[in-house]
Amino acid sequence: MFGYTVKRLGQMIPSLLGIVVITFILSRVLPGDPAVMMAGEQADDSVIENIRRDMGLDQPLYMQFFAYVVKLFQGDLGMAYHTGHTVTADFANRFPATIELTLFSILIAVLVAIPVGIVAATRKESIADHISRVFSLIGACVPIFWLGLMFIYIFYSILGWSPAPMGRISGDLNPPTNLTGLYLVDSLLTGDFAAFRSSLSHLILPAICLSTGTMAIVARMMRSSMLEVIGQDFIRTARAKGIHEFLVISRHALVNALIPTLTVLGLQFGYLLGGAVITETIFSWPGVGGYVTDSILAADYAPIQAFTLVSALLYSLINLLVDLIYGWIDPRIRYE
Amino acid sequence: MSETATTLVPNPVPQPSARADLRKRQTFARLLLKNRLAVLGLSFIVIWTLLAVIAPWVSPYEPTLTDTASKLQSPNAAHWFGTDNFGRDVLSRVLYGARISIWTGLIAVAISLCIGVPLGGIAAYYGGRLGSVIMRLMDILLAFPSLVLSMAIAASIGAGLTSAMIAVGIVGIPEFARLMYGQTISLKEKEYIEASRAIGVKDNVILFRHILPNALAPLLVQATLGMGFAILTASSLSFLGLGVKPPIAEWGAMISEGREYIISGQWWLVTFPGLGIATSILGFNLLGDGLRDILDPRLRSGK
Repeated sequence: MFGYTVKRLGQMIPSLLGIVVITFILSRVLPGDPAVMMAGEQADDSVIENIRRDMGLDQPLYMQFFAYVVKLFQGDLGMAYHTGHTVTADFANRFPATIELTLFSILIAVLVAIPVGIVAATRKESIADHISRVFSLIGACVPIFWLGLMFIYIFYSILGWSPAPMGRISGDLNPPTNLTGLYLVDSLLTGDFAAFRSSLSHLILPAICLSTGTMAIVARMMRSSMLEVIGQDFIRTARAKGIHEFLVISRHALVNALIPTLTVLGLQFGYLLGGAVITETIFSWPGVGGYVTDSILAADYAPIQAFTLVSALLYSLINLLVDLIYGWIDPRIRYE
Repeated sequence: MSETATTLVPNPVPQPSARADLRKRQTFARLLLKNRLAVLGLSFIVIWTLLAVIAPWVSPYEPTLTDTASKLQSPNAAHWFGTDNFGRDVLSRVLYGARISIWTGLIAVAISLCIGVPLGGIAAYYGGRLGSVIMRLMDILLAFPSLVLSMAIAASIGAGLTSAMIAVGIVGIPEFARLMYGQTISLKEKEYIEASRAIGVKDNVILFRHILPNALAPLLVQATLGMGFAILTASSLSFLGLGVKPPIAEWGAMISEGREYIISGQWWLVTFPGLGIATSILGFNLLGDGLRDILDPRLRSGK
C-alpha cells in the first residue's frame, strides 16, 4: 500500500506543474496592463514604470513564472486590491465557511442519494424508482442560482421558515469559540446550543441548494452500480445460502456497489467548488466563493487566479485520495 | 491530391446500398420516436429553437424597451410574465434570451468540437510523444473544476458574451478529445484502415474521411449533452457578471438582475428565465441520453 501511495503521488507531480503553468498563463492573457490598473488610468508614466518593476513585469516571461512559483512556495498568492489584504489572509479567514458548507452538502447528498439509489435498484420499476429518476433528471438540469433564489422566495419570503439569507449565524449572536472554524462543530463542542441552532438554520438552505446536483448524480450512480452487483453470481450464492435479503443487500451488495459511487463523489467535488461560488453569492455566505464573485465584480484578478489554482489542487488531491481509498478497499487495483 | 487518393481506394467496407441506407435511417427515426423521454427532450429543443428564431416577430414588446410607469408589475393580461424593475416585458426578454442561450451553446460546442476532435484524433493516430503531450494537457485541463476554469478564462479575457462562449468552449475541449482519442485508438487497428494506409492514402484523409465518420455517433451524443452543459455554464457566468452586459436579455443575467427583488416577493423576474434555462437543458440532456441508448447500446445509461 505504501509503494502504491508513493507511486500515485509521483504520478501527480506533472499534473500539479501543469496546473500551475495554466493558471500562470491565464493571468498573463489579461487585456490591459496590470500596472496601469493598479496605479489608475491617470497615473504618471514613472509611477507605472515603478510598479511594473516592483511586480517584476519588466522581466522576461520565464523569469516571471519562476518568481510566481517561488512566491507560491512561500504561500504568497498576491494582493487583493478590493479588500486591501493579501489573498492568503483573505482565504484563511473565509475558507472555514466554505468547508463547512461543502462538507454539509456532501453529507446531505450522501445521506439522501445512497438510500434512494438502493431502494430504486432493489425495487426496480416501482413508483419509488420512477420518482427518484424524475428527481435525478430535474436535479441535473436546474441551475443552482435559480434553485437558491427559489428556496429563498419559498422558505424565507413566503413561509418565513428560514432566516434572512445573510451570513452564517444571526446578527445578535456571537459566533462560537473558534476551534475548527466550523460553526456547527464549534458550537456543539462548546455546548452553545443557541449558536448551534442559529448556524444550522443558516446553513441548511444553501447546503441543500448546493447538494442537489450531486445528490442527483450519486443517486443515479448508486442505482446502476447496485443493479450491476445484484445481478452477479455471489449475490445469488448468498441468497441461495438462505441469508436474509436485508443482509444480502447491506453486507454483500452495498460494499461492492459503493466503490464506483465513491469515484463519482470524488469527481463531484469539482462541481461543488464551482457551485460554492454561486451558492455563497446568493446566500451572502462569508466564504471563499462569495469573495471570488466580489473579485470578479471588482475586476480584481489575483483572488480569482488563486482560487482557480487552489481549487484545482484541492480537486486533484481529493481524487488522489479517492484512488488511494479505492486501492485500499480493493487490493487488486494496487497491483495493476 | 487527396481527392485522387480517395477515389483510388477500393473501399474495403461494404457500402450499404441507398435502400439499405434509407431503411437504416427509418429504423433510427423509429427508435428515437419510441423513446418517449428523447421525444420529450427533442420537443423542448424544437420549441425553444423555434421561439428563438421567431422571437422578433412574436415578442409582444422590445426586450430592452423601458417603461418606468409600469415597472415591477406581476403577470397580467398586458404582460404575461410581468415586468421587471425597468418596466421591461419579462416574456419578451425570455424569448430573446433563448436566442442568446442557444447561440452561445452552439458556438461553445462548435469550439470544443473543432479543437477537441482533431487533437484527440491526432494524439491517437500518431501516438508517441506528441500523443502523450496532447492527452496529458487534456488531463490537466480536466483537473480544474469546469465552472471555476471557465470563470478564470472568462475573467482573464474580459467579461462579455464572446469571452463566455470561448471560455465554455475551451472547458469542453478535453471531453471531445478523450472521446475521439478512444474511438481512433480502436478504429486505427481495423483492417480497412490498414488497407488504406498500405495503398498510400494520406494520414489526414484517413483521419477525416475514414475514421471520423465511424466516430460520429458518440460525438453526436457528446455534442448534444455538451449543449446542455454549455447553456448552464454560460448562464452561470452571466449570473456572476462574466457574460453578457446589460441591457441585453440573457437568462442568467436576468436572474442576476431579479435577485434583489425575490426577497420582496417579485418572483416573476427570476422564475421565468430560470424555467427557460431548466427546460432547455432538460431537453438536451434527455435527447442526449436517448441518442446514446439508440446509437450505442453498450453505453446504455443505468436503466
